[in-house]
Amino acid sequence: MEVFFSRYRNVTVLLLVLFAQLLLLAWQVRGKQEVRLIRVWAVTAITPIAQVIETVRSQSAGFVQDYLMLMHAKDENRQLREEIGKLKLENQFLRSELQMADRVRALAAFQARTPSKTLAARIIATGTGANSKLAYIDRGATSGVMRGMAVITPDGIVGRVLAVFPFSSQVLLITDPTFAAGVISQKGRIQGTLKGQGHATCIVDYIPNEEKVEVGEWFYTSGTDRVFPKGLPAGVVKAVRPGRTFQEILVSPSGFQNGLEEVLVVLEGVHQQIPDATQQPQSGMYILPPPPAETHPSPAVSTEVPRLATDADRLKERYRAIGEAQGHRFGSGPPPDFLRNPAAAPPRPQTSPAPEPGSAGKPLSPQPTPNP
Amino acid sequence: MNEFGEPVLGRRPRKGRSTRYQPLVMLLVCLGAVLFQVYVPLFSQYFAYLELPLLVTVYFALTKRNPIAGLFIGCAVGLLQDSLAAHPIGLFGMVKTLIGYFAASVSMRFDVDNPILRAILAFFFFTFHQAFLWLLTSALLGQAAILDLPQMFLLAGLNAAVALPLFAVLDKMKERA
Repeated sequence: MEVFFSRYRNVTVLLLVLFAQLLLLAWQVRGKQEVRLIRVWAVTAITPIAQVIETVRSQSAGFVQDYLMLMHAKDENRQLREEIGKLKLENQFLRSELQMADRVRALAAFQARTPSKTLAARIIATGTGANSKLAYIDRGATSGVMRGMAVITPDGIVGRVLAVFPFSSQVLLITDPTFAAGVISQKGRIQGTLKGQGHATCIVDYIPNEEKVEVGEWFYTSGTDRVFPKGLPAGVVKAVRPGRTFQEILVSPSGFQNGLEEVLVVLEGVHQQIPDATQQPQSGMYILPPPPAETHPSPAVSTEVPRLATDADRLKERYRAIGEAQGHRFGSGPPPDFLRNPAAAPPRPQTSPAPEPGSAGKPLSPQPTPNP
Repeated sequence: MNEFGEPVLGRRPRKGRSTRYQPLVMLLVCLGAVLFQVYVPLFSQYFAYLELPLLVTVYFALTKRNPIAGLFIGCAVGLLQDSLAAHPIGLFGMVKTLIGYFAASVSMRFDVDNPILRAILAFFFFTFHQAFLWLLTSALLGQAAILDLPQMFLLAGLNAAVALPLFAVLDKMKERA
């Protein structure tokens, strides 16, 4: 027996171990019981190591991630700055395109509104020289532009065509010292000559000191120069100073106030009326029209606005009524008898019965019509 | 002579060439293998196809060249695996007990330092492990287990491929007796 075990020791141990495990398995399966102790040991042995490894892994992963992020932060920062620069340029370009679209739309609206025949053009260059104010537009003789034609914008006059080339034209701006145009003030209709000075403002010359020109008043083209049609805005008065013979009136040109990129060349000018002083040209602000006159809701009440505001007005109206009642015409014949009461005079035929005095406050009620 | 120049099949048992490991190293390696199987697949399911506890059992059994030591190593690793599994304890234990025993028995006849033989043994023991596990599950537990043979052989090849570098790493830790 002992020899047998010593000879088959390995197989014996194997069978014993397998048998033990088989018993353990059978016991678990048959009794549906669990060998909790072994599982507790195994889990207790494994899970702390797993926790440590997981902690180290997460920490080191976070550290490596942070390190890599820091390594790439500089490059990313540079790329983002470049991207911001590109976006700024793009934004600026889109803004300018939007502004140009607005200007073109305003130009087209003005072109459709004005009775003059105009041609849209674009400023493509400026002239050389210290004081000269020249510009080149992209329209020339092939487009029908001729020397001496007026160049305007919806805001006002800009200049006149000085020289014409096949595909471009040279424009003398109104700020050039050699420029002159006939203008007229809006309120007093005082004629003058607009002259350039080589800088942003112009002067209106040849207006005597006796004439009244106010700051803020508008000057319009008078049409006397045979270049600009009458009625185009020229500028607004910024300062008025009396001179030796003529006033020194500084005018801010209105044609340049929104920049000078697109202009209109007046091919066939049509004179227009100068607007009233109450209408502010190109104010840039929408102003409502004046409100309508108040109308009384009752048809029985007179809708006439009372004009007899003072005692003198009422006395004048009374004498006029007395004269009319006596058939008197002012300026001829003897004066009427002002002592007679006009109410006692024989009634004159009227198209509509005048309301009785004091009836305005009475309530309306249907009056019975008397039978004949 | 190089390792391929030696005869693969020895004439008598090669007990004199057994390898010693520090118990702590063996414990840590076995724990690490089980830990790998329960932890690493969290990050990628493909790692679940690796049966590192089996490979570690085979390696230690081969290097111990002692069937009793091999079967106890397999038993310990298998029971540890069973403890972390949902099924009753003993399935992996029995399978790996047998594998430890057979591996140690084979190491007494073959030159198990040969990488080709190691790969073949890893392939064979993985196939045996899966087949015997299927048999125990079906027979003892009465559960309907599926044995997908193509997948089993494919995974056996994969584990054999992994066994070569793993055994080489473990070779660095051993100290000759």
